[in-house]
Amino acid sequence: MSMIETNKLRKVFGPIEAVKGVSFRVEKGEVLGFLGPNGAGKSTVMRMLTCFLTPTSGTATIGGHDILNDSMAARRLTGYVPESNPVYGDMTTIGFLRFIAEMRGYHGKEIDERVDRAVEMCWLGDVRSQIIETLSKGFRRRVGLAQSLLHDPPVLILDEPTDGLDPNQKHEVRSLIRRMSADKSIVISTHILEEVEAVCSRAIIISNGRILEDKTPTDLKIRSRRHGAVNLVLAHGDGSIDPAAFRNLAGVREVEKVTAGDNRTHLTLFPKPGAAICGDAIGLAVEKGWQVVDARVESGDLNEVFRDITTREGERT
Amino acid sequence: MSNTWSIFKRELKGYFATPVAYVFIVIFLFLNGLFTFQVSRIFERGQASLDVFFNWHPWLYLFLIPAVAMRLWAEERRSGTIELLLTLPVSVVQAIAGKFLAAWIFVGMALALTFPTVLTVMYLGQPDMGIIAVGYLGSFLMAGAYLSIGICMSALTKNQVVSFILAVVICLLFILAGFDVVLEAFNAWAPAWMMDAIASVSFLTHFQSIQRGVLDLADMVFFASLILGWLYACGLILDIKKAQ
Ligand SMILES: Nc1ncnc2c1ncn2[C@@H]1O[C@H](COP(=O)(O)OP(=O)(O)OP(=O)(O)O)[C@@H](O)[C@H]1O
Ligand SMILES: [Mg+2]
Repeated sequence: MSMIETNKLRKVFGPIEAVKGVSFRVEKGEVLGFLGPNGAGKSTVMRMLTCFLTPTSGTATIGGHDILNDSMAARRLTGYVPESNPVYGDMTTIGFLRFIAEMRGYHGKEIDERVDRAVEMCWLGDVRSQIIETLSKGFRRRVGLAQSLLHDPPVLILDEPTDGLDPNQKHEVRSLIRRMSADKSIVISTHILEEVEAVCSRAIIISNGRILEDKTPTDLKIRSRRHGAVNLVLAHGDGSIDPAAFRNLAGVREVEKVTAGDNRTHLTLFPKPGAAICGDAIGLAVEKGWQVVDARVESGDLNEVFRDITTREGERT
Repeated sequence: MSNTWSIFKRELKGYFATPVAYVFIVIFLFLNGLFTFQVSRIFERGQASLDVFFNWHPWLYLFLIPAVAMRLWAEERRSGTIELLLTLPVSVVQAIAGKFLAAWIFVGMALALTFPTVLTVMYLGQPDMGIIAVGYLGSFLMAGAYLSIGICMSALTKNQVVSFILAVVICLLFILAGFDVVLEAFNAWAPAWMMDAIASVSFLTHFQSIQRGVLDLADMVFFASLILGWLYACGLILDIKKAQ
């Protein structure tokens, strides 16, 4: 049984069909990344999964509990950080977390233990008694995250969890997610594609309320034009090198000269589909007596794939 | 049940977290004193009864109670915490109950603090304590009815001012329905049953009989069902338009 299973989820807001039949599964141990342009329907799907919005049709289960018929059981298994990270600003960090712990059904000493653990996990020790309103945005984010972890839920749904964090905090949150991922099912939405590569074991690209791709980040990157491309730096000025020589190699589809502004030659060699060309390219350079300063194989550019997939869809509709 | 209790505690603490609660209580007590002692001149009347004191309550509540209720859901909507609250394992009914009870108890505290007025009439003569107790109970029940309207209007919007104005307007209708002037305006053309129907939904009609010390089951049922009805409507509104 999958921890999260959605079945043709649909949501209509008046004239707008925000989500048009979305089905996917998330197993234990998976971190699923939701990608998609603004207004794609990511938050709407998450709001249905967390029982905030009722689907117009279709349904989903969390740990086997239907979000429509058995919503309370589904909610108990879920930790959720909504998009704009709403928290009760008039409470202190501790007061807020204690309130959520009570709402999660804990009593007495267990509340203290749960709250202390969440405070520690989200590095909130210094702001325990501070009024949340007066916290910086990053700290408020962490309070929101702590709130979702109090009951150590098997399902975590995080809507843009690193939005507004500084690079260090982004890094911390990502490692926290990775550390927790082994025994949880996590869904995160993000606009930062590096994040997908850093934490997600799978990525779903949504656009216009439909799933366009459902793959591992590595598989997605294969679709990039730059996947397998070789960046070659040769220690000679322009005049002494003939880039066309590389084009004659068997696996090479295209050679592009990159202007770098130093006294070297920078080339990008694009392979034919599936071909590995790095070895051949270096071999050729050595043969011609061109000194190779650097050679790097690209794994592909997710941003490019993302643009490619989502704009193609835009043209179709 | 324990969820309702947690929300109740949070909301009640929330009232006292800002000076607004104290300001409210002071204004309530001040206006009560002003109307009872200065306008209605309870001393000069020399009667050992709280009639004139309770007379003012429907009017005081008209503005003060929507002010107590306006924040309950509108603030959750404005700050987006409604999404946090309603994705916790808590039902809409439990959440409404917690908020409503917190506000009701808060108003009850303010009402209890008017006890010096009781001491005053005890000084003036020998009041019928039974009648006074029934008066307080009636006033508290009526406050609940005002509150239920307020909390329902608060669920409609993320703007507290809008929620306040809507609540005042609806509460005013419920008061005016029992007014002689209003009833006379209908008298010209409306059939008798309609007159009765209009008069029977008025806060005044029901409050006046309680105020006289008559604890009629019908009046209690009126306020109780009004409260439940408006809270039910509040639940419907939240269910239908949670996300807007
Ligand atoms: N409560 C609502 N009422 C009406 N329309 C809504 C509502 N919520 C969302 N929508 C619409 O549904 C569509 C999807 O919105 P959603 O917030 O799910 O997008 P998203 O993928 O999360 O976008 P973003 O990346 O900007 O967060 C949008 O067109 C939005 O205008
Ligand atoms: Mg969103």
